[in-house]
Amino acid sequence: MTPRARDAALVVAALVMFGSAVALQIARDNRYPRDTRQAEKILYVRSGEAIKRMTLSFDALASDVYWIRAIQHYGGDRLAGPEAGTKYQLLYPLLDLTTTLDPYFNIAYRFGAIFLSEGYPGGPGRPDQSVALLRKAIVVMPRKWQYYHDVGFVYYWRFRDYQTAALWFQRAAAQPNAPNWLTPLAAAMLTQGKDRAAARFLWQQIAQSEEPWMRRNAERALLQLQAMDQIDRYDAVIARFPPPSGEQYSWAGLIRRRLFIRVPLDPTGTPYDIDPATGRVSVSSQSPLFPMPQEARQLQ
Amino acid sequence: MRAVRTVAVNVFRESVRDRVPYNLVLFAVLLISSSYLIGQLTAGQDVKIIKDLGLAATAVFGLFISIFIGIGLVSKEVERRSIYALLSKPISRPQFIAGKYAGLVLTLAVNVAVMSIALYLVLGYMVWTAPPTIRAGWDAPGLDPALLKAIFLIFIELMLITAIAVFFSTFSTPILSAALTFGLFVAGHFNADLKNFDRVVNSRAAVLLARGAYHVLPDLSAFDVKTQVVHGLPVTAGYLATTTAYGLAYVAGLLLIATLVFSNRDFK
Repeated sequence: MTPRARDAALVVAALVMFGSAVALQIARDNRYPRDTRQAEKILYVRSGEAIKRMTLSFDALASDVYWIRAIQHYGGDRLAGPEAGTKYQLLYPLLDLTTTLDPYFNIAYRFGAIFLSEGYPGGPGRPDQSVALLRKAIVVMPRKWQYYHDVGFVYYWRFRDYQTAALWFQRAAAQPNAPNWLTPLAAAMLTQGKDRAAARFLWQQIAQSEEPWMRRNAERALLQLQAMDQIDRYDAVIARFPPPSGEQYSWAGLIRRRLFIRVPLDPTGTPYDIDPATGRVSVSSQSPLFPMPQEARQLQ
Repeated sequence: MRAVRTVAVNVFRESVRDRVPYNLVLFAVLLISSSYLIGQLTAGQDVKIIKDLGLAATAVFGLFISIFIGIGLVSKEVERRSIYALLSKPISRPQFIAGKYAGLVLTLAVNVAVMSIALYLVLGYMVWTAPPTIRAGWDAPGLDPALLKAIFLIFIELMLITAIAVFFSTFSTPILSAALTFGLFVAGHFNADLKNFDRVVNSRAAVLLARGAYHVLPDLSAFDVKTQVVHGLPVTAGYLATTTAYGLAYVAGLLLIATLVFSNRDFK
């Protein structure tokens, strides 16, 4: 055998071995599927300070790793849906680690502010954790008005504590480069906190963010507010014209009685549901707007 | 001076022969491939992460070169017994140490320069492909010249680590030198804690001992301004100047002791 032929034989043999390894890997994974979900749910070290020490001068890179994990965790649980029973248990610890390792990680704070407070299944429904994360941001960057604004927003939208929300909006307005709409917003919050227009205005501000995920979330919230206005109008009409006795509420009955010309659609084009017993209109569980924020429904 | 230059150029050539520049290819592949993957995973934080990754990789690759080449600079010559031939030539022992050190620093400078260019090229591509609305959300510009401040301090830190490796190399075996250099690298990053030891203990003697250790051990955490630079936070010229001066003074001290130790070694 010539040296050239020997080399070629070695390359071919190596390729065959690597190919066999891949084939065996695929066969094993098919036959013995591994529980990757379990592995994803483990957070080996929960102390940000400990990780900061262990990573020496590479803490910023470690924070990126935890940020990616936070995004993956959130996306994974959201995609899994309520049927999977996942509830974003690691979202706060992951974001806390991220921001301990890199205290200037602005987006991690704001991501937490929005999604930690979001009700299940869009988030864990923990506005207290949102506020904790934002307070941490304020300690590091006390002159950034956005964090005060976000705390105010959480108090307004999630806790419905208009007094505290107004206080935080006032604090935001006092920071350098704060937009001039914060002061009137704080005043409006004190006098007419339950006004749905204030919620719309706040979401419109968030919809102007540079971050696409913040814009998407705000756009969805604005559509939900629009749906709430529509539902209020439909509820009023239906309440005024109850069905004949013995008959249940239904879109078919309402259309037959010419109160509606067709089944009304929500802003995403999905038909609304109607409760046969009470006649209350609601967003369909098939709609991208489902579930509607319960807190916001109580706004006027 | 000519003797120092000759030794330095030979160290540089040897590192090229040892295929040290291969790490540059690895660095470029790492950055380019990760820039695509990271863009899919990070919810708009790709530029920040590329900067973090680029700076961290520059530091790590430089650290490996500093330690693994630095520890063999002198001890390898002794082991191979080529030191006898070298010292019989018109090269003094201080010139030999200075030349060896300068050669490795030259290798590191070329490495850091090429890695910086690769990092800026990847960032340039990301700036070019990102729409203005996305760019507006970045903490600092994509092609931020301030990154050079962090890269510069990484280079000074690598110079210091190289000096530590060369120092140990003058009297110890390569394995022990590597362990000691790496140990000092780790201790150097915890050094700032020693300064504030009085917050955790009451003993005045312990506090004084810790304060002494703070000044004796290299303060490597001071060279880390990566986070500030990536977030567009200020790193003043004064801080850069004093930290650089500190690093160079420490390097000079280490090389002087290395020269002293090496000058007193008996190679019979």
